[in-house]
Amino acid sequence: MCNEQHVKYSVSSLLLGGLTGQRNWQPLWRFPLPRPSYDVVLVGGGGHGVATAYYLAKEHGISNVAVLEKSYLGSGSVGRNTTIIRSNYLLAGNIPFYEWSMKLWEGLEQDLNYNAMVSQRGILNLYHSDAQRDAFVRRGNAMRLHGVDAELLDRERVRAMYPFFDFANARFPIRGGLLQRRGGTVRHDAVVWGYARAADRRGVDLIQNCEVTGIRVESGRAVGLDTSQGFIRARKIGLAVAGNSSRLAAMAGLRLPIESHVLQAFVTEGLKPILPGVVTFGAGHFYISQSDKGGLVFGGDLDGYNSYAQRGNLAAVEDVCEGGVSLMPLLGRVRIVRTWGGVMDMSMDGSPIIDRTPIDGLYLNAGWCYGGFKATPASGWCFAHLIATDEPHPTAAAYRLDRFASGRLIDEKGVGAQPNLH
Amino acid sequence: MPIMRIPCPCCGERDAREFTYFGDGSVSRPEASAIDTCARFYEYVYLRDNPAGLHRELWYHGSGCHAWLVVCRDTLTHEVHSAIRAADPPITSQS
Repeated sequence: MCNEQHVKYSVSSLLLGGLTGQRNWQPLWRFPLPRPSYDVVLVGGGGHGVATAYYLAKEHGISNVAVLEKSYLGSGSVGRNTTIIRSNYLLAGNIPFYEWSMKLWEGLEQDLNYNAMVSQRGILNLYHSDAQRDAFVRRGNAMRLHGVDAELLDRERVRAMYPFFDFANARFPIRGGLLQRRGGTVRHDAVVWGYARAADRRGVDLIQNCEVTGIRVESGRAVGLDTSQGFIRARKIGLAVAGNSSRLAAMAGLRLPIESHVLQAFVTEGLKPILPGVVTFGAGHFYISQSDKGGLVFGGDLDGYNSYAQRGNLAAVEDVCEGGVSLMPLLGRVRIVRTWGGVMDMSMDGSPIIDRTPIDGLYLNAGWCYGGFKATPASGWCFAHLIATDEPHPTAAAYRLDRFASGRLIDEKGVGAQPNLH
Repeated sequence: MPIMRIPCPCCGERDAREFTYFGDGSVSRPEASAIDTCARFYEYVYLRDNPAGLHRELWYHGSGCHAWLVVCRDTLTHEVHSAIRAADPPITSQS
């Protein structure tokens, strides 16, 4: 299945292409028709779905795999996020997983032979009160105990990095911040493209414009999928459709501890480089970075009500912009050129689910809230491990579907079963 | 970008930012004395239908009459179809 003719991206292939009229470029993946059956069918051609397919083929030797996508690859939340990666978590169930993801990011481009523009420019979480400082000290210590980098900065060290923040703000004074230097940003679309190209080369069929309309279950076992391109039989089925997990699970008769919510993001006109890293404002909920093209990319809270609309309301826009201007008043002079909304799988404890379901052969990857993008490599790695071996990967062992019934919640924010507050 | 407005039965049609969203209004608290209380509370607290389409949900009019409302809203379009006071008996034969 692997085509040896594929060009490996390198300096020499770039030079060769430049000297030969750029005729060496090829499509990144095939456009196959679905075969009647596969060993594994993954639903959802986003970051998590194609990453899972890639690691199934590469790490477990399972390449008789199809990824079904109802639209085009990367058309969902992987193209609708603010591109931030980090592993600055507090709870023991989360830190090893997100740190594993960070380690995979660090080697991703060499592994995929694809430039995903991984940029470890650092993420700084600002604190504004004594209580918040205490919370960040605790978080930083938890991170360091797990071998993750974390530095507590005082006000003057923050000022040296970002002199244009509003340090004179009487209501939300900046007292310092928790810095993770290995955090940063990644070109979000390129992550899907890189994984898709690499999975395709290992024989995975990436089937676009193929919407799943039903999950066939016989004697308690999932046996295949009804799709807009006909019935596809599968020995194992993995759902990686965050945003729409409840709708897919309902096709198999399952109800999930998840609500779908809309989260908006914003890009301004291009500016000269002003913001070297990723910064979060601790007095509200606001996060910002500057893309390589120069636009400021930022976001904040959910709109707060159930939604599948991929667009939000002005109340959330106003709230986000108020947070931004409180942090860096210069934002008030910059024009927003684009806004959009993505649909989030908000789980009941704010943490994801990577687990088997009560139906044999049906596996679930869901509940990513708004932390799905940074998790893409580890999510694919751990979901592939689960599907291939029927055992959870050690770093994702806490992400069980039954933790809500057993009380082993992973509530990073400590707000309880209220999805719009996570 | 449309603004979501909720027709409050007490105050008339008001901007959604006057209200606080609570969540699914179709789940009901189980009896504490039932035999399968644990299983029922698990479903009540955690499991949701999460429909793409019409959704019955609870909103609190904190900047208005302080009433809890049951709002029927489309999660695909954000169109609000109806709002009644949660204290009132539900309308059974509505569209």
